[in-house]
Amino acid sequence: MAYNEDDFLMISGIQHFIFCRRQWALIHVEQQWEENYFTIDGEQKHERVDNPEIHEKRGNTISIRALRVKSKVLGITGKCDVVELRKADDGIYMPQYGGNYSVIPVEYKRGKPKENNSDKLQMMAEAYCLEEMLETHIDKGYLFYFETKRREEVILTDDLRQEMIESIEEMHSYMNRGYTPKVRTGKKCKTCSLRNICLPVLNNQRSVKDYIQGRINE
Amino acid sequence: MRQMLNVLFVTKPEVYMGLQGETIVVREDNKTIARYPLHNLEGIVCFSNLGASPALMEKCVQNNISICFLTPTGRFRARVIGETRGNVLLRKKQYRVSDMEERCLDISRNFIIGKIYNEKWQLERYIRQYSLRVPVEEMKLASGRLSKYLTEITESENLDQLRGYEGMAQTVYFGSFDPMILNQKSDFFFHGRNKRPPEDRVNSLLSFAYTLLTNDIATALETVGLDPYVGFMHQDRPGRASLASDLIEELRAPIADRFVLSLINRKQLKSNDFEINENHSVYITDSARRTFINAWQKNKQEQITHPYLNEKIPWGLVPYAQALLLARYIRGDVDQYPPFFWK
Repeated sequence: MAYNEDDFLMISGIQHFIFCRRQWALIHVEQQWEENYFTIDGEQKHERVDNPEIHEKRGNTISIRALRVKSKVLGITGKCDVVELRKADDGIYMPQYGGNYSVIPVEYKRGKPKENNSDKLQMMAEAYCLEEMLETHIDKGYLFYFETKRREEVILTDDLRQEMIESIEEMHSYMNRGYTPKVRTGKKCKTCSLRNICLPVLNNQRSVKDYIQGRINE
Repeated sequence: MRQMLNVLFVTKPEVYMGLQGETIVVREDNKTIARYPLHNLEGIVCFSNLGASPALMEKCVQNNISICFLTPTGRFRARVIGETRGNVLLRKKQYRVSDMEERCLDISRNFIIGKIYNEKWQLERYIRQYSLRVPVEEMKLASGRLSKYLTEITESENLDQLRGYEGMAQTVYFGSFDPMILNQKSDFFFHGRNKRPPEDRVNSLLSFAYTLLTNDIATALETVGLDPYVGFMHQDRPGRASLASDLIEELRAPIADRFVLSLINRKQLKSNDFEINENHSVYITDSARRTFINAWQKNKQEQITHPYLNEKIPWGLVPYAQALLLARYIRGDVDQYPPFFWK
């Protein structure tokens, strides 16, 4: 089965989805807040990502910036911050660079490594797209965190692959149904930028029926 | 709750608004008389006949700044709505709900419960606060009757019945409105609601307050992704923001009526702040309108605790909070629409 391009989901949404399914749905299913949210949170990031592809050669490595990728099988699309092509005998043959290369995605993140594996899943999804587009297999990538200024190697295991596929499928099913999950409050709500429209407080609020009855019976 | 930004009121009848970069330029007789940066505005309310440039309108629409055009006397003319943003799924749901009588009744009942409750407490506040200056017995009777309607409404079976109760409650509440005017009684009196045109000073103030409030509500509805023109209690009529008319019911007494009464009782407006036309229509003067708007805007900054959300918000965000709760109800996050109860 292949997805229609109109139904492709944004790969970058995975981080929202893992953080909070409702947050993802508010942004991607309900959509009305996308602009607000991104203008506040990600304008600079967007600007950088929106740069045209830049190719850079250094030693045995060619770096491609802002490469658009997609997967018809999973119905996802996005941009890779950097894709590194490293000369390798067991890599794929790329005629335009006249040699065999292995493909390694590198994702740049503003903060520091997160407790959840949303960044890894995002990279896994990008790798999946690259695999589909280049007919290859990718077994690792790198996450670079600005706060720690370190590159972390991410091994793209079968488990990670499976988790990514399941998440994407769940996202598609929410999108198809136009479904926004109910509030489930937690510590994360404190740092959530969509707090004001999500109204996490609704979760622990008594029913409206009681609220109204209480007032009428005063 | 989200940040409350400023609303720019353009009160001069013959000025033109243009755009220069990120700034509104206000011109009169081809001379620039004022400039305002756009970044801290959430709305523009324009009483001018000349209006605004399409470039400014486009910029405002893109930046979520509402523009509303009124006549110099404050009657609604038009609102600028850009490309519809937001969530088409929510709107479709809203339209579907608006076609289901049972659901319409459920929501409308809560609008009217909120309305009558707030009217009742408007009376009660005056009874408590000014027990020596108002006819307590008479007003207590009225308050008691409103309580009775409140209970009966919960059992109303159709929209006609509901409108019936609303009408009766309205008569009772406005029957006790004149006693709440404590000062300047010879110039400010209330013998019933009239609006087209307003025939006395109090009615002209009420009409003006309702116009501003309706506009705030329509903007809030648009902001949360609802269509202000498709209502549940008020039937669709071209050009009428029916959902805004629905939502204003519960907010009239605590926001508009209370405000108008305090303007009169604190003598912020006087009898010569009004013009009376040959046909007995009464309008506030330009300078009085500025006084009115300044006080209105100041009022918006005052904090209250939202009765359902239990969160401190400025009064100015109450329309937004209710619009948000309505959207959340339509999406199925809460069991009913929670009206705004003020006490």
